[in-house]
Amino acid sequence: MKRFAAWTAVAAASAVLAGCGGDGAPVAAAATLKVQAGGATGKELADVQILRIGNGNEIQTLDPHRGEEVQGANVQRDLYEGLVNEAPNGDIVPGVAESWTMSDDGKTYVFHLRHDARWSNGDPVTAADFLFGLRRGVDPKTLSTYSFILSPIENADEISAGKRPPDDLGVRALDDYTLEIQLAHPTPYFVSLLQHSMTYPLHRASFEKHGDQFTRPGNLVSNGAFELADWVVQSHIKLVRNPHYWNNANNKLDEVWFYPTEDQSAELQRYRANELDITDVVPATQIKWIRENLAAEFVVAPYLGSYFYGFNLTRPPFKDQPKLRRALALAIDRQAITDQVIGAGQTPAFGWVPPVAHYQPQQMPEGAWTQAAREAEAKRLYAEAGYSAAKPLRTELMYNTQENHRRIAVAMASMWKRVLGVETEITNQEWKVYLDTRNKKIDTQVYRHGWIGDYNDAFTFAEMLRSTAGLNDTGYDNPEYDRLVTAAQSELDLDKRGELLEAAERVMLADMPILPIYTYVTARLVKPWVGGYQSNIMDHHPHKDLYILKH
Amino acid sequence: MLRYSLRRLLGAIPTLFLLTAFTFFMIRAAPGGPFSRERQLLPEIEANLNAAYHLDEPLYMQFGRYLGGLLRFDFGPSFQYRDYTVTELIKTGFPVSLKLGGAAMLVALVIGVAAGCIAALRQNRAADHGVMAVAMTGISIPNFVMAPLLILVFAVYLRWLPAGGLGGLRTMVLPVTALALPQIAYLARLTRGSMIEVLRSNFIRTAKAQGLPTWQIVVRHALRPVLLPVVSYLGPAAAAVITGSVVIEQIFSVPGIGRFFVTGALNRDYTLVMGVVVFYGALIIAFNFVVDLAYAWLDPRVKYK
Repeated sequence: MKRFAAWTAVAAASAVLAGCGGDGAPVAAAATLKVQAGGATGKELADVQILRIGNGNEIQTLDPHRGEEVQGANVQRDLYEGLVNEAPNGDIVPGVAESWTMSDDGKTYVFHLRHDARWSNGDPVTAADFLFGLRRGVDPKTLSTYSFILSPIENADEISAGKRPPDDLGVRALDDYTLEIQLAHPTPYFVSLLQHSMTYPLHRASFEKHGDQFTRPGNLVSNGAFELADWVVQSHIKLVRNPHYWNNANNKLDEVWFYPTEDQSAELQRYRANELDITDVVPATQIKWIRENLAAEFVVAPYLGSYFYGFNLTRPPFKDQPKLRRALALAIDRQAITDQVIGAGQTPAFGWVPPVAHYQPQQMPEGAWTQAAREAEAKRLYAEAGYSAAKPLRTELMYNTQENHRRIAVAMASMWKRVLGVETEITNQEWKVYLDTRNKKIDTQVYRHGWIGDYNDAFTFAEMLRSTAGLNDTGYDNPEYDRLVTAAQSELDLDKRGELLEAAERVMLADMPILPIYTYVTARLVKPWVGGYQSNIMDHHPHKDLYILKH
Repeated sequence: MLRYSLRRLLGAIPTLFLLTAFTFFMIRAAPGGPFSRERQLLPEIEANLNAAYHLDEPLYMQFGRYLGGLLRFDFGPSFQYRDYTVTELIKTGFPVSLKLGGAAMLVALVIGVAAGCIAALRQNRAADHGVMAVAMTGISIPNFVMAPLLILVFAVYLRWLPAGGLGGLRTMVLPVTALALPQIAYLARLTRGSMIEVLRSNFIRTAKAQGLPTWQIVVRHALRPVLLPVVSYLGPAAAAVITGSVVIEQIFSVPGIGRFFVTGALNRDYTLVMGVVVFYGALIIAFNFVVDLAYAWLDPRVKYK
């Protein structure tokens, strides 16, 4: 049990460090060297082109079809190249496919592959490799937990469910360099799905030769700008330049090292000691210090994520109580939460879907009011819902154990108390227990939730509040909302589709099954000598576009 | 002696069995499983996953299967780190933990015992107070405070040593120091207390009366009995230190097995948790056995039959 006590100690360490490095410490912080990166012109490259990245938790796998977390995807993005690629700003650009066409009914895509794409062993990358990868992705034997990404493809769902063989997947290799994908229904965001690792090609010969060892250094054959040189679990993953990559001439980096950085304070120290060029995150307790001392290297950008609280609509006190839910939502001073409680630059949210492509962000009408006006309205609605100082609402607010969540929960409870007189009991549960509790909808009343989209489209958010969605832990069930989202699902006109999804969000915000708090940001440190780094809403950074400036 | 060893070995089997059973059923009793996630899996996919990992079988069958694997030193596949088996993870992680922990224990033993002896011989004088003050500080500063401090001073400000990672000797200095400091402190106090007691005993008084020089009395006569309590502390302590420290491994980004205890439990990585717990249990049993053997060598009054 000692080890569990020690775990909380690690969390405490960040607080301790804040004291050490924070106030009054001499700003001899060695990392703030006055470096003129890039030499006299600002563009000169360093002789050594090695990038070292803090990558959060140890990755789960390098198998593109079995991964499900961000950390693993970061590495796979360098190892593999799909039909499409992502530009530094997040735009979808041609990858192995030079061009593609979509049929008029939006259900058939034909991809024309470049002839010079090569695997890291020199073999050509062909349509058959993509076909093999896609079939493996939906094959239940693969044990993929992300096969739903391929769900728009014809027969994909039945194959994942084991009702049809993988060969029935609606994908055909018309010849070595032409791939046809047949969709079950029009999916306007289909091309943006193709950045996902589930769609990567697989080198069949090496995969069949090595079996479940195919991702090991020495065995893994990849088609991206880099190949795997070394992988020591919990220590590092080393990638080196893939000399066979079709665009190798424009790849400046020779090596990319990924370091697992579970401890955020330790990651910061390694960054300050010049052992990392880019961090995964920054410790929340250190943001003030970073803003004061490393402001030029602190990069904050909007991220495809929404932080919110859900109401359990299947039980009292929130069942059939839209006014009460709205009162609670209005009583929260979001600006105070983002500025004073967490403070990395998150944006207060009065709507739910973050600023994604082809979508006009929506918000509650009260979002434009002053906080004082919102609180007055909250009091009115609270009274209308039948509560008062004499008969206050007693509720339980639940979050999964984590320092920032705790701070936000405490702030919310005190705002409710101050504005409305609500008596809130705050409880927390460890993540896996929490998932269970939340999904059962029995013991929850108001609970924390956050969602990072899987692809750059409003649908990745909109779908989860449908009455049938597995992610819908609120129990929200509004036929009008379901109708609008379902209609949007197959609407090919991007403008019309956007309007349908926007209308759906307005319906939802009127019902208030959830309480939006803020839109996520990515906040990390990037050394001044790292060139080519651009923030984007997906937070995807193919490292072939980065380089090291002279310093 | 041989019979004693055999008896101890046989005695270890039920202990390990109970440990395995207890851990197995405890972690299964925890709510949530390795495949519980925000997005509910399709029922077919979840059933498929459960079948692949035999989670669809009744618990007693799974337990039997696990025991069968253990007999073949097969700890099963990791649920979280899907490209590796638990045996592989322990095989790559343990040498790292062993190297760091072993070095730390060695450093701690040499410095701690020496400091303890000096303090005892200079009892209630400046050297004694000095050593004990440092030892008390060492014990009371937890290593989650000490480790970041060491990094801040030696890696960030002075730039003498790397802040993390594990490569050459240079990368070992800070984690070994952080691991050794509390052990040094503890061993120094233990040695001092034991030495003071031994120095008052009759056989030492006799040696003194015979006019032997102090260093000879300490090294030839006192040290062996002094080490008795030290050795009994050393067994379990060494097992704990060489199986890695979560805090040290996290803060110094060291790829040992210590952190698997925590990450494994949080991820409900059943096999990984079982693997490290059983491994740790076996080590403790082995070290306690070694300690008992060392006793026989250190203390002529102890005989094993």
